[in-house]
Amino acid sequence: MLSRVMNVQYESQKLAINYFQVALILFGAQLLFGLTTAIQYLYPQFLFGIIDFSVGRMVHLNAMIVWLLYAMIGSVYWLLPDETGIETVGIKIGRLLFYILTLAVTIVVVVYLVVQVGPGNAMSRWLIHEGREYIEAPRWADIGIVVVVLGFLGNVFATAFKGKRTGIVTVLMIDLLALAGLYLAGMFYTKNVSVDQFWWWWVIHLWVEATWEVYVAAVIGYGLIKTIGANRKIIEMWIWIEVAMLFGSGILGIGHHYFWIGTPEYWLEIGALFSALEPVPLLGMFVHVIYDWGKQAGKRTPMTNTPAFSWFVVTTFGNFLGAGVWGFMHTLPQINLYTHGTQWTAAHGHLAFYGAYVAALIGMMYIGLQGKYGLKEMRMTASAKWGITLLTGGVLGMTMALTIAGYVQTFIERGQWGATWQGYFVGQNSPWMIQAYGWRLAMGVVTILGFVFLMKDMMTIARTAQRENLKTESTATATA
Amino acid sequence: MEEQKISVWGSVRFWRNTAVWVTGFAVLLLIWLSLDTIPQISAGTIEDLENGVTKRVPSAAVINYEIGYELDNKRKTEIPIIGGKQMFFGRNDYSEEEATELVSHGKMTVQSKNCMNCHTLLGNGAYYAPDLTKSWLDPAWSETGPYRPMTGKATTEEAMAEFLQHPNKYPTHARMMPDLGITPDEAIAVVAFLKHMSSIDTNGFPRNFNKIKGAVNAK
Ligand code: HEM
Ligand code: HEM
Ligand SMILES: [Fe+2]
Repeated sequence: MLSRVMNVQYESQKLAINYFQVALILFGAQLLFGLTTAIQYLYPQFLFGIIDFSVGRMVHLNAMIVWLLYAMIGSVYWLLPDETGIETVGIKIGRLLFYILTLAVTIVVVVYLVVQVGPGNAMSRWLIHEGREYIEAPRWADIGIVVVVLGFLGNVFATAFKGKRTGIVTVLMIDLLALAGLYLAGMFYTKNVSVDQFWWWWVIHLWVEATWEVYVAAVIGYGLIKTIGANRKIIEMWIWIEVAMLFGSGILGIGHHYFWIGTPEYWLEIGALFSALEPVPLLGMFVHVIYDWGKQAGKRTPMTNTPAFSWFVVTTFGNFLGAGVWGFMHTLPQINLYTHGTQWTAAHGHLAFYGAYVAALIGMMYIGLQGKYGLKEMRMTASAKWGITLLTGGVLGMTMALTIAGYVQTFIERGQWGATWQGYFVGQNSPWMIQAYGWRLAMGVVTILGFVFLMKDMMTIARTAQRENLKTESTATATA
Repeated sequence: MEEQKISVWGSVRFWRNTAVWVTGFAVLLLIWLSLDTIPQISAGTIEDLENGVTKRVPSAAVINYEIGYELDNKRKTEIPIIGGKQMFFGRNDYSEEEATELVSHGKMTVQSKNCMNCHTLLGNGAYYAPDLTKSWLDPAWSETGPYRPMTGKATTEEAMAEFLQHPNKYPTHARMMPDLGITPDEAIAVVAFLKHMSSIDTNGFPRNFNKIKGAVNAK
């Protein structure tokens, strides 16, 4: 029978699906505002004075951060009953917090788009936005986020202490606590711009290059057990090795943001040394997934969820390339002195976020979809293939275009013109730059197409899989 | 039990302990370095300025002084040089409190108007518009640069403040700055913030700031 009813027994997993749904809507919003800002690079009059670049970019970034956090919370609510063997404790409160958070996010986005800017006083910071890239959310929302996250952490901890506490859950508990605690470093005003950026990086860097990385290492571990039946003991050992390497390099790797913001010179050495080591665990994760894949192929046991596993492969490639290789390319101060704050940075930012987090979390959503309809097996559909290919190809294409733009900008504006105001525009006017912005826009459209296929697939893949499964069942009975 | 026979390299417990120790060490080192860094980047005092004591982040009262950006022979990078007294909107006697409040008002305005989502500050932010780290020193705003005469103002600070309030009137490029409703008071404060930011020791970023102009404009 083709059924559309949810097949999930745990409330926790139903809530996870809701988190995934809102995440996908926000992902769509992210791409839309990426598009408007990419158009403005070529046609500055587009939406000028209506949704200026700064406004569109703020929504692009905040939608991204928030949807990734939604998908992260969702993934934890999904795997928690599986790992602990019990229903999540306090799930009713969890659901209430979900509605509160979603309402708050909606209000914040509407205010961004409608009010946009306020006068230069504390009120603007409390009610409109904070004006600090990535963590623009106004202070009232910051406090709301802290409350919601405390509730979420409470649920996770209570469940883990009551049920079975696996290695994966243990890592997640510690990691989520650190992740939430770091947010506090971005919640105060300071008059000193150097001190401001010092703490700002505690949130941004220690999120994406430490706590979020450990989070995906743990979640991908769960995903590998689910999709290809990887050995739990080996997985858990690997996760601890990853934790040691990721935190060992990533925490002090923060120094690569303390080269030029007023901070003392010793950060040049510390930042160079530790951030140069950051690619090592990413290579490790990559090797591990490929190794497990090879082992699984040898055993000839069926892969239970090919779309999810494909996304996990994309994430290991993408994380290694985007964060590891593209990050390393500009992490030494000798190079960063010239590339700091150019399109180089944007090239790296896109591939790293996509590779490390978007791909991993879409993989988790496919696991959620499989579970939602209680399917033993879920195979790639045509739309799933188009989705993964166009999204990945689009982001890779944007990254290549921005890398070329970064090279040109670095040579012309930074090398030739000494980073002056005029040098900036000479660089921007270079035909090579303009061409690269054109390719970025085109590849952005490809990315959006990929998103459309992904959405279509997520809405239909379960039906397709049910039909396929029925077919194989009936042939099985016929031959028997 | 089977567990006993496995070497330490295959033991979960060994790697968990390693992870805990490595992380603990990294965290402690980061905290220790931060405790050293924060005092070094806290603003200096007006007395430091008067006595020629260099600070990585000088007092906001630096707006009373001329600021340069020159190659330092020992460090082999450009560093900010604080020169003699200089008028700023017709005054050079801002007290420490006054200057600090002014620069802070400027910073709040920079945040409220979302400058960082088009420009970079200290190299961080967006890449749609020029870096503002040393914009106060930019030749474009100097006597000879194109922007000061465009606004018809006599000084850098007045020219910048005028531009900030009416960017639509002074398009410097097809990619125009939007009118953000910056008031005259806010404009003065923002310029004070920018002047102060240009006095921060950024270890030589941006490099070669306007050092090879002659070679490029070989007129
Ligand atoms: C998944 C992990 C990572 C993500 C999501 C990520 C993302 C980003 C983003 C978005 C920025 C721009 C920040 C801004 O707006 O100013 C950035 C900057 C930077 N990242 Fe990463 N990154 C990751 C890992 C790495 C790694 C492993 C390295 C080094 C090996 C690295 C090196 C850098 C450097 C040097 C900068 C500063 C660029 C500049 O000076 O403008 N990143 N990263
Ligand atoms: C339709 C596809 C997309 C387009 C057209 C697009 C376009 C843009 C543009 C124009 C910017 C502003 C860069 C600047 O300040 O100069 C930007 C920033 C950014 N976008 Fe996208 N984007 C797209 C998709 C994505 C995706 C899928 C991700 C990752 C999940 C992403 C992550 C980022 C990040 C992290 C930044 C900040 C980069 C930095 O400050 O270094 N974008 N994007
Ligand atoms: Fe970083």
